Amino acid sequence: MSSTAIRSPVGEFARRFRTRPVPLAAGLVIIAIAIAAALAPWLAPFDPATPDYDHVLEGPSWLHPCGTDAYGRDILSRIIWGGRVSLTVGLLSVSLGGAAGVLTGLVSGFLGGRVDAVLMRLMDVLLAFPGIVLAIGVVAVLGPGIDNVIYAIAVFSIPVFARLVRGTTLALKQTLYVQAARSIGVRRIKLVLTHILPGALPAVIVYASLRLGTSILTAASLSFIGLGARPPSPEWGAMLADGRSYLGVATYLTLFPGLAIFVTVLAFNLLGDGLRDALDQRLRT
Amino acid sequence: MLTYLVRRLIGTVPVLLTVSIFVFGFVHLLPGDPARLVAGPDAQPQDIEAVRTEMGLSGPLWAQYGRWLGNTLEGRLGRSIKTKQPVVQVISERFMPTLWLTVVAMLWATAAGIAIGVLSGVRRGRWQDQVGMVAAISGISFPGFWLGLLLIDLFSVRLGWLPTGGYGTWQHFVMPAFTLGIGVAAVMARFTRSAFVEVMTEDYVRTARMKGVSEQIVVWKHTLRNALIPVITLTGLQFGFLLGGSIVIETVFSWPGLGRLLVDSVSFRDYPVIQAEIMLFSTQFVLINLLVDLLYAAVNPEIRLQ
Repeated sequence: MSSTAIRSPVGEFARRFRTRPVPLAAGLVIIAIAIAAALAPWLAPFDPATPDYDHVLEGPSWLHPCGTDAYGRDILSRIIWGGRVSLTVGLLSVSLGGAAGVLTGLVSGFLGGRVDAVLMRLMDVLLAFPGIVLAIGVVAVLGPGIDNVIYAIAVFSIPVFARLVRGTTLALKQTLYVQAARSIGVRRIKLVLTHILPGALPAVIVYASLRLGTSILTAASLSFIGLGARPPSPEWGAMLADGRSYLGVATYLTLFPGLAIFVTVLAFNLLGDGLRDALDQRLRT
Repeated sequence: MLTYLVRRLIGTVPVLLTVSIFVFGFVHLLPGDPARLVAGPDAQPQDIEAVRTEMGLSGPLWAQYGRWLGNTLEGRLGRSIKTKQPVVQVISERFMPTLWLTVVAMLWATAAGIAIGVLSGVRRGRWQDQVGMVAAISGISFPGFWLGLLLIDLFSVRLGWLPTGGYGTWQHFVMPAFTLGIGVAAVMARFTRSAFVEVMTEDYVRTARMKGVSEQIVVWKHTLRNALIPVITLTGLQFGFLLGGSIVIETVFSWPGLGRLLVDSVSFRDYPVIQAEIMLFSTQFVLINLLVDLLYAAVNPEIRLQ
């Protein structure tokens, strides 16, 4: 390669990312879903919780594009409001779990020795539960409900972030610029925050995007089996559980909320994939 | 190899012990008195005391834990609050259905995933690759329970070809096994493709091509074999993942397995069963991971020499 122009790593990354249509489209879909969720009170044509017994179990029409449920509630409006629940659960659980995991990884990788050994064994223990089993265990202790689902999913996101950041920290600790900073007596906290953390962040962001998809899917699963959001909350997984009684009669009750989950999770996965590819190329060159 | 095996086996002991502390502590984290919970709302004080003794919930915590661990290791797991049957019996009834479901799902998912991955790898950049990888990322993002519901809607309710749920004949397996395996097939396909593409760039593959070895032999003999080594690891890990996935899928298809038992037990607050199930799930998970590592070390000497 004979590229002579010097680009900042961020600029290079952005350039790589922009040239890929799929992740870019995925990003736009996520922005659209987020805007729809944020503007739900103005955008949704009907109230998501008010029953309308004159329009019970109606198929898709101009008035109700996704049909109405057994209480006559508009499915489209419930899906738009449900986006709030799913995005909130995803963002909060990944931020909580990610922050705890990043902190654990930084401490573990930077201090090393006994602290590292203890923290990593603890992460092994968290990884010893298949993800959703750990979440169900947490919900069993705290009780069902969407708040507890957030904590449950956060807990099982911790070890993956911790391992990721620990690995990067170990590698960065050996680099010349960190050694140099250390040799001129930069304080340890400052060293970690200004020299190591920024190096670990790109990988964390990629992982967070992939993790958001998984978290939203897990939250919907937990609501579906009755351990998360409770009816009449317009949560996508809970809506699928409602639609289950009307299979073969009112397929749209199942079709549309599931489609919402699928599109959202797919968008986060495609975005994460695209970010990872763009990042990988930057690392390779 | 033997030293590696022994070292790894010993390594799982502290992990499982810590898991057991969590599972034991679980009952103590619950709000209220566990003995009162187990005995039920209208139990007399002497009943509660009897339950406390039966559950080993008297004396200092460490002694309770020791007793509980001893009982658990001997397979005495207490009684279900819901059915009053011994927990061991409740769980053993549910064990085989879940095992069969995960095995069948794993088999088709592995076969399909590897086939799609190899096809995509061989035809890299062409339409087969594009279609294969779009299918794979969709499969990963698919809510399995949604797919299950749509399948029930079409094949059971509308067409009447397959039972909506339950356990017994091969027809009962078709939809649950398909639904459970779809995510695994997708992960396998993506992973196989990238392993395949990586091996394709190795020197020995180039050498083989240069010698004039036919493309078919290059693919089947030189590349596939080596590409499948990391795939073995993934197969094992996905098996553990399936155990988790079975919880939701069993609920969709009313499958009388461990997953649905766990969900029912959480709803019913059947703590002895929940404890035993979580312990069982994580023990299986740890053992599968151990098996995977051993298998990997068996095919790749570099690992065990580290």
